[in-house]
Amino acid sequence: MVKEEKNIEPKSKEKKQTPIIEIKDLHKTFGKDNTILKGVNLTVNKGEDLVILGRSGSGKSVTIKCIVGLIEPDKGEITVFGENVLNLSKNDLNAIRVKIGFLFQSGALYDSMSVRENLAFTLRAHKRDLSEDEVENDVLEALESVGLADAIDKMPSELSGGMRKRIGLARTLILKPEIILYDEPTTGLDTITSREISELILDIKHKQKTSSIIITHDMACAKMTADRIMVLKDGVIHAEGTYEELEKDEDEWVRSFFE
Amino acid sequence: MILSLKNTFSQIGDATLFAKRFFKEVFIPPYEAKEFLKQCYIIGYKSLPLVAITGFIMGLVLTLQSRPTLVKFGAESWLPGMVALSLIREIAPVITALICAGKISSGIGAELGSMKVTEQIDAMEVSAINPYNYLVVTRILACTLMVPILVFFADAVGIIGGYVGINIHGDVNFHRYLTQIIQSLAFLDVIPATIKTFFFGFFIGMIGCYKGFTAANGTESVGRAANSAVVTASLSIFIIDMVAVQITDLFF
Repeated sequence: MVKEEKNIEPKSKEKKQTPIIEIKDLHKTFGKDNTILKGVNLTVNKGEDLVILGRSGSGKSVTIKCIVGLIEPDKGEITVFGENVLNLSKNDLNAIRVKIGFLFQSGALYDSMSVRENLAFTLRAHKRDLSEDEVENDVLEALESVGLADAIDKMPSELSGGMRKRIGLARTLILKPEIILYDEPTTGLDTITSREISELILDIKHKQKTSSIIITHDMACAKMTADRIMVLKDGVIHAEGTYEELEKDEDEWVRSFFE
Repeated sequence: MILSLKNTFSQIGDATLFAKRFFKEVFIPPYEAKEFLKQCYIIGYKSLPLVAITGFIMGLVLTLQSRPTLVKFGAESWLPGMVALSLIREIAPVITALICAGKISSGIGAELGSMKVTEQIDAMEVSAINPYNYLVVTRILACTLMVPILVFFADAVGIIGGYVGINIHGDVNFHRYLTQIIQSLAFLDVIPATIKTFFFGFFIGMIGCYKGFTAANGTESVGRAANSAVVTASLSIFIIDMVAVQITDLFF
C-alpha cells in the first residue's frame, strides 16, 4: 500500500489498538547535507511486531536509535509509553530504556566479560540488592530462553555469529523489557540459524508479550515475524501493510523486496 | 593550516569538557569499586616489570654516564646523591610517565575505541548503564593513583641500578650508598616531583579515554585512537613537566 500522505492509518488495522511507540515527523541530517530522515511517521501498538524494510542507508537503524536516545533527531516527536523521550531528563530516559531491549546487529557483547558476566553485569546494574544466587538463577533463566545455557562460561570470542546474537538477546531479556528493537537480527547468518532467530523472536513475543520493531533485509524473517511491515524510502515511510498486502503492491519497487 | 589549527582548538575544547564531566561524575553513585580495582591491577601491577626494567637501566646508565665527569672534578663521592636527585626530581617521573603513555594510554584508547566501534558502549547506554561512569571514571582514577606509585617504584629500582653502576668501577657498601642518598635529599625534592606525577597519571588516563570514547566508526579509527592517545599523552607530559618545573622554581 504505497502511501500518498505521511499519516495514513494502516489498512490492516482491525480492532482498537494501544500505541506503545509513536513517531511523528522525524527528521535527521548528518553533517551539512546528508539528510537521512525527512519526516518519518510510525506507530507500534502493544503486542505488535512491526518490521521496517528499506535499502541500506535508508535510515532504518537511525530511526530505532532515535527511539532509545542513541541519536538525537533534528526535529520530530517520539512518544514511548506515552512520554516524549526527546524531552526527558537523563534519569527519566534511563527509566524508559530499562523497559526497552535493543539487539544490535553484531550482538555487541562486552568482549572482556564471559557470557555469565555479560548478563549479570546488566542485571546487577539495575538490581543491586539481588543475591549472587538470584543473579545466577536469572542469568540461567535468560540463557535457557535462548537455548544457550551451556555457553554460560564462554567468552564472546568463542561464540559463533548466531550464538552472539542469541546471547545478546538473552542479555536484553534479562531486564524483562516490554519493547524489543531488533537491528538486523539475522544479517550474516545462514538460512537455518536465521530461521532459528526468527522463531526465537516469535517465541519471545508470545511468552513475554513484548512489542517489537524488527529491522531486516531477510524476507523470510519478515514473513515469520511481521504483524505489519513499513517500507522506508527517501527518508519517509513509502509503503505500509501486511506481508501479503505488500507482496502484491502495485508499486514495483515495493514488490521487488518480496521477489 | 587554519583548518588544522581550528581542529586542534576544537579538540582541546572537547577534551576539556570531557575532563569536566569526570569531576562531575566521579562523585555520582554508583561507585564502580570492582572495576576500579581491576583497572588498578591492569594499570599498576601489570606495568611493574616494564617500569622495573626501565628504572634499573635509567639508574645504571645515568651513573655510568655521569661518573667520568665527576671523577675529572674529583667529586666522585657526589655520584649517589646526584643520581638519586636526578632520578627522583625529573628522570623517573618523566620516563615512567612516558612508558605509561605508551602502554596504558594507547591500551585504553584502543580498548574503548574498539568498544565504541563494536557498539558495546552503545549497548551499555541503551541498557541504562552509564558508560562514562563505568569505563572512564574508573580508568582515570586508577591511572591517577597508579602512576605515582609506579614512579616511586621506578625511583627505588633506579637507585638500585645506580648502586650496581657505581660498583662496576668501585666498591661501595649499600648502606653507605643509601646514607649518602638520604643525606643529599631534601623533603622539597620529593614533594613537587610527587605532585606532578598525579597530573601525569590523570592526563594519561583522561587522554586515552577521550581518544577511545570519541573514536569514529570503523576499525581504522581504533588504531588512530591508540596512536593519537600516545602522541597526545606524551606531549602533555612534557608540557605538564615544564609548567611544574617553572612553578617549583618560583616557589622553592
